[in-house]
Amino acid sequence: MRKTFLAAVLAGTLGIFYSALVMAETATIAVAANFTKTIEKVGEQFSKETGHSVKFSFGPTGKLYAQIKNGAPFDAFFGADERRPLKTVEDGLGIKQSYFVYAQGQIALYSAQYPVKEQPLEVLKQAKFNHLAIANPRTAPYGERAQAFLKSKGLYDGVKKKLVNGESIAHAFQYVATGNAPIGFVALSQLVDPQSPVYQKGQYWIVPQQEYAPIKQGALILKRGENNAAVKAFMAFIKTPRALEIIHSYGYSTP
Amino acid sequence: MVEIFGVEVSLEPIWLTLEVAAWTTTILLVIGTPLAWWMARMQSSSKIVLEALVALPLVLPPTVLGFYLLIILNPNGYVTEFLRFFGYEGQLTFTKQGLIVGSVFYSLPFAVQPLMHAFEAVPQKLLDAAATLRAGILDRFFSIVLPLSQRGFLVAATLTFAHTVGEFGVVLMLGGNVPGETRMVSIDIFDHVESLEYDQAHILSAMMLIFSLLVLMLVYGINRRFGVKVG
Amino acid sequence: MTTLRGNLRLKLGNFELNSGDFELPLQGVTVLFGRSGSGKSTLLRAISGLDKNTRGSLHFAGQVWQDGKKTLAPQRRHIGFVFQDAALFPHMTVRQNLLYALKRLPKGAAQPDFDDIVTRVGIADKLDRGVNFLSGGEKQRVAIARALLTSPQLLCMDEPLSALDWRAKAEMLTLIEEVLQAYKIPLLYITHAPAEVERLADRIVFMQQGGIERVETLQQALSRPDSPLFDDEGAVSVLEGESQEIEHGLRPLKMGNRTLWLSDISELHKSRVRVRVLARDVSLALSDPQHLSIINHLSARVLELIPEGQHRMLVRLQLEDGQKLFAEITEHSARRLEITPGLELFALIKSVALAE
Repeated sequence: MRKTFLAAVLAGTLGIFYSALVMAETATIAVAANFTKTIEKVGEQFSKETGHSVKFSFGPTGKLYAQIKNGAPFDAFFGADERRPLKTVEDGLGIKQSYFVYAQGQIALYSAQYPVKEQPLEVLKQAKFNHLAIANPRTAPYGERAQAFLKSKGLYDGVKKKLVNGESIAHAFQYVATGNAPIGFVALSQLVDPQSPVYQKGQYWIVPQQEYAPIKQGALILKRGENNAAVKAFMAFIKTPRALEIIHSYGYSTP
Repeated sequence: MVEIFGVEVSLEPIWLTLEVAAWTTTILLVIGTPLAWWMARMQSSSKIVLEALVALPLVLPPTVLGFYLLIILNPNGYVTEFLRFFGYEGQLTFTKQGLIVGSVFYSLPFAVQPLMHAFEAVPQKLLDAAATLRAGILDRFFSIVLPLSQRGFLVAATLTFAHTVGEFGVVLMLGGNVPGETRMVSIDIFDHVESLEYDQAHILSAMMLIFSLLVLMLVYGINRRFGVKVG
Repeated sequence: MTTLRGNLRLKLGNFELNSGDFELPLQGVTVLFGRSGSGKSTLLRAISGLDKNTRGSLHFAGQVWQDGKKTLAPQRRHIGFVFQDAALFPHMTVRQNLLYALKRLPKGAAQPDFDDIVTRVGIADKLDRGVNFLSGGEKQRVAIARALLTSPQLLCMDEPLSALDWRAKAEMLTLIEEVLQAYKIPLLYITHAPAEVERLADRIVFMQQGGIERVETLQQALSRPDSPLFDDEGAVSVLEGESQEIEHGLRPLKMGNRTLWLSDISELHKSRVRVRVLARDVSLALSDPQHLSIINHLSARVLELIPEGQHRMLVRLQLEDGQKLFAEITEHSARRLEITPGLELFALIKSVALAE
């Protein structure tokens, strides 16, 4: 009597494990830190709909790239630019055919003090502020685009002396968010996140996309994830309207 | 801009770095001395708390310290308000003064710890003797403690200076990388590396390396010379 | 007579000083005596004002040095302090150490005679030496000179001899006596060596467990059979006399009308000297024996008999000039000679040593 019961439980448990092994797989994906919240939301939806699970490892793009190059166990790579993901192809670690641009960063001019929403160019032209924060144009794409934008509008020389450079776009955002710089070029994604310290505070102007070269963020499957069903499913999922909606809601555009 | 080995390098960050380091060292010796003296003479268990607080910059990642300084020193913060009260009109962040303030915090243990250990090594007996010879408290400090702590002062000064020269995180967070104002050597090297200007980075790094080596040799030299003699 | 009067308390970790009321004459040498840990040094530091946590009261000849929490800083008490290990400033020469004291004399204070002090203390030829190149004895000499150069109204010495070898100790004791004679400054002196007490003390402050147990003159302290000054040699007496010119290769010591003969003929720096006599070196005789190698026979009267246990008796005697002397004999002898208080007899002293 007891024996048959035990056998039934055992059989049932094994059965569940077995079906899970056949049906779902796990993928580990390296993701640029700026995309953390967005991709977590997408991943949640993905798991719900497909039964696959994804694990994310976040970090600065350069660091992730270095880890991949040194054998880190990632199945796919979502960078903050195009350069590093494409470099994995050169290194023989990334699969070229799987490469695509999954999101484009949008630049916004933010201020808690100045009417940047109504008269962004006028505010920049008058330059009454002490400091204008941007990401370092020498090292960060957001900074480079912001600088190019200022130059194309003939505003650069007027604000040059007031520029303070954050080492990354996150750093430039800190300058503005902590009130040390009253105005700054930041990423739209930093403003629309409900957990952002400046969420619904101050005002911002989204620099029109046609004013600067797109800040493309590229992704691809790595050799290690070539035969991983979960990775393939995820790469497909992130292009669906359901996923794109999430991406747009976090302040990114898509090509 | 000067040309070294055929590579154009701006020396401005070097002069700026030396200037900030010199100020930081001077300020830290002035405020670190009474602090270290007070701590060295403390008997109570609150000394442990103070020692830990002073040592905090050793453990905190500099970028974290820099981030908090960014918050504390912001133009609407208490520190700036306090300085306004004395007629200060500028802003601490993104300026040389701000970097100096940040460096003072960051390098605090490097000044206070050697001084404290030097002060602790001065026997209480000598101070008692001086008191019975009618030396007042300041008199005792200048006539007994100071000359017997020379080594501590030299070590504190060199370590503070060298540490400030090499600091990166705080300057990065607090400075805003403004040329001539807050772009110190370490940041400049970082930028050169990031933008793949390896030649400039190599030259500046080599200069830093040689400088640091000389400073460390100086410190160990002092340690060795005085270590045997005094005591 | 001016006095040092007070009642001091001081807590240091687990140790607590609680002196109780005391009043010490500011004259001659007062020795603080007790085991280590009895609070001698703490009391001396409290008296000198070196520990600011001291509480209680202290009056020095009419000046208030301590009143509750109010305390007069040590640099204003005009104390000359000699520390156990000299506490000379290592970054200065001997001369600089001495000038440190001289430079800080209050305006209008009597200028001490630098040359006289330096010569008397015996460091005139070492003034330009570095302090680290002095021997232990030389260091203490400098420390004494430095203390004297503050023109102190009170000298304090905290076990100044404990780090020295016996020869240096003897020299230093002589020096301290000379200095006291020359400058007439009252001295508070810490030691745990009975020999130093017997040599220097006018009175003794006995310390125990952080408090003053009692204050006695040297004679009072030595008249107790259980005196803390007695160690494994048993009871000791100290006799004082005027030394005379050497005769027959012996040193005569005049005590009233009687003479005590010393075999020690080393040079003496003063006429009034103390000698130390062990009770067990004193024998008793009912009549003055003539044919005996022992030369010191002193007539005495028995004051009391104190049983010591193990069939031994301590007999306290009074000499003709009033000084007291202990003799140790067996119970058997006491019975045989029928020794009782009031009996007149002769004390035969086998050996006498200069106190040092």
